[in-house]
Amino acid sequence: MNTRHEWLVILRRAIRTRRGAIGLTLAGLVVLLAIVGPFVAPHSPTLTVTATFANPSSAYPLGSDVLGRDVLSRVLAGGWELLAMAAAATALGVSVGVMLGIAAAYFGRFTDGLIMRIVDVFLAFPQLVFALLLVSVAGPKIWLIIVAVGISHAPQVARVLRSVALDVCERDYVKAVELMDTPPLKVMVGEILPNLLSVVMVEIGLRFTYSILIIAGMSFLGFGIQPPTANWGTMINENRIGLVVNPWAVIAPTALIAILTIGLNTFTDAVARASLGVDRPLEEVAISAGVGVALEATA
Amino acid sequence: MVVVRVLLGIVTLVAVSIVIFLATQALPGNAAYAVLGHSATPQRIHALEQQLHLNRSLPSQYGSWIGGVLHGNFGTSLANGESVSGLIGPRLENSAVLVVAAGIIGTLIAGILGLIAAARRDSWFDHVASVIALTITAMPEFVVAIALVIVFSVNVTHLLPAVSAIPPGTPPLDDISALILPTATLAIVIAPYIFRMMRGAMIEALESDYVEMAELKGISRRRMLLVHALPNSLPPVIQVIGLNLLYLAGGIVVVEYVFNYPGIGAALVDAVSDRDIPTIQFIVFVLAAFYVFVNIVTDVVSLMASPRRRARR
Repeated sequence: MNTRHEWLVILRRAIRTRRGAIGLTLAGLVVLLAIVGPFVAPHSPTLTVTATFANPSSAYPLGSDVLGRDVLSRVLAGGWELLAMAAAATALGVSVGVMLGIAAAYFGRFTDGLIMRIVDVFLAFPQLVFALLLVSVAGPKIWLIIVAVGISHAPQVARVLRSVALDVCERDYVKAVELMDTPPLKVMVGEILPNLLSVVMVEIGLRFTYSILIIAGMSFLGFGIQPPTANWGTMINENRIGLVVNPWAVIAPTALIAILTIGLNTFTDAVARASLGVDRPLEEVAISAGVGVALEATA
Repeated sequence: MVVVRVLLGIVTLVAVSIVIFLATQALPGNAAYAVLGHSATPQRIHALEQQLHLNRSLPSQYGSWIGGVLHGNFGTSLANGESVSGLIGPRLENSAVLVVAAGIIGTLIAGILGLIAAARRDSWFDHVASVIALTITAMPEFVVAIALVIVFSVNVTHLLPAVSAIPPGTPPLDDISALILPTATLAIVIAPYIFRMMRGAMIEALESDYVEMAELKGISRRRMLLVHALPNSLPPVIQVIGLNLLYLAGGIVVVEYVFNYPGIGAALVDAVSDRDIPTIQFIVFVLAAFYVFVNIVTDVVSLMASPRRRARR
């Protein structure tokens, strides 16, 4: 089976499509800006440098914010933490979800029933509400937000992975490996998982997008990275009152989040389409995921 | 079938209540300290411990909370001492109006656009609508909301209010202008999924044998679309509408907060800021119960709407 590098083939094929190239470029630009930004910010992102809500000028190209801080510097400095948290939450949520989903499909019977009932319970919480619930008493600590968002992804990922893993578990070579008394973990990671990499890739793309939405949303509501640290979600909320005076303090971070999520989602869509040709039941994936890459039936 | 689904739903809700309880009241350390802060006087800590029964064992704490819930008593708000159900009840109605309005408008517009896109597959309309749908998909609610505020209330035009403060005691439908932007935000956020699912399901139905048969019989295209193809594409679309209602349950949190709309979403944000445990427990429980309920209804309705499954019986 030459499945080891199939995911690379799919990625390459996705990048070559117009959709994939546009998506990757948009998301890549914002990611680049978030990473390089803190090093090239012209002013301190947390110090008051001029009047409140000053209009754009040559010294401050995007004007100033609610406390007279440089908007450009804050925009440049305020992305990497969001991205890092989203990446961590995605890694946590997808790995837990993949393990649970494959385990449910592989062991079947009681284990399957137990895992899927637990999944049902956690699915009942809207993701943002679940994150709010977890930080409500303990306070918005960064690790807790990552864990909360990660946990809220896991049941959705598990459901998708279970539905596609069921089919793989029935294949002859899996049955053959099983007959050789291979330990279950080795069968799941060594034999089943490699066949599901394209599905996992789409899940990573989707969950990363949602992580950004939820974590930026938490910051927007005041439960993310705490001020005075610059952060796109927080910036949008704290500068809303100055929308009439200097709209750029709101427009700049809003546009960056929008471009990032549009880019990521478009690229994920391209990856899902690219992997359709590689014999994977991705339509089912998209439908059971319910959202995101809802593939047109005959695309 | 329906009975089993309802029983499973009840079991899920019991488990949900345990998760809510554990997340709010069973943290390591003292929840009273977490709520009041370390500067609180011993008297206040003691009073809060009494109110939430924090000095008792965990099963006993849970028992007294869930016992109250079963009798419709969700405790008293820590923020102002009033009963939670009295405080949140009217807000529940406001949120329901928002969710229902956004659900209906978003579904209708997106459904019709999806139908047209499928009927005129690969036309310019299809391409433009599909690209727009892909662009809006996964756009955060607050980005859509802020964009609408910039365009319709603050910077470009001043047609609609940026804040939807509805005075307590007045029904939200009294002032439609206050409802427009929050409803539009939510409708825009859910529309792409319904559009894509409708388009996909219709295209599939249009390529099926029975539609081809109907075509050969010389039925008008309109009749073929609406009478033959549409009913067969409904079950997956109903599933997606259900999923979107569930999505709205989370979406109202941010949207109500942006527009200062007095519903349970904004109340949840306030309650989390105040660490008002009984109010948080109540609102999260209501949202989860809504999820379980919508899931059961969606399953039953899509089963009933499926012509093939109906015929098999």
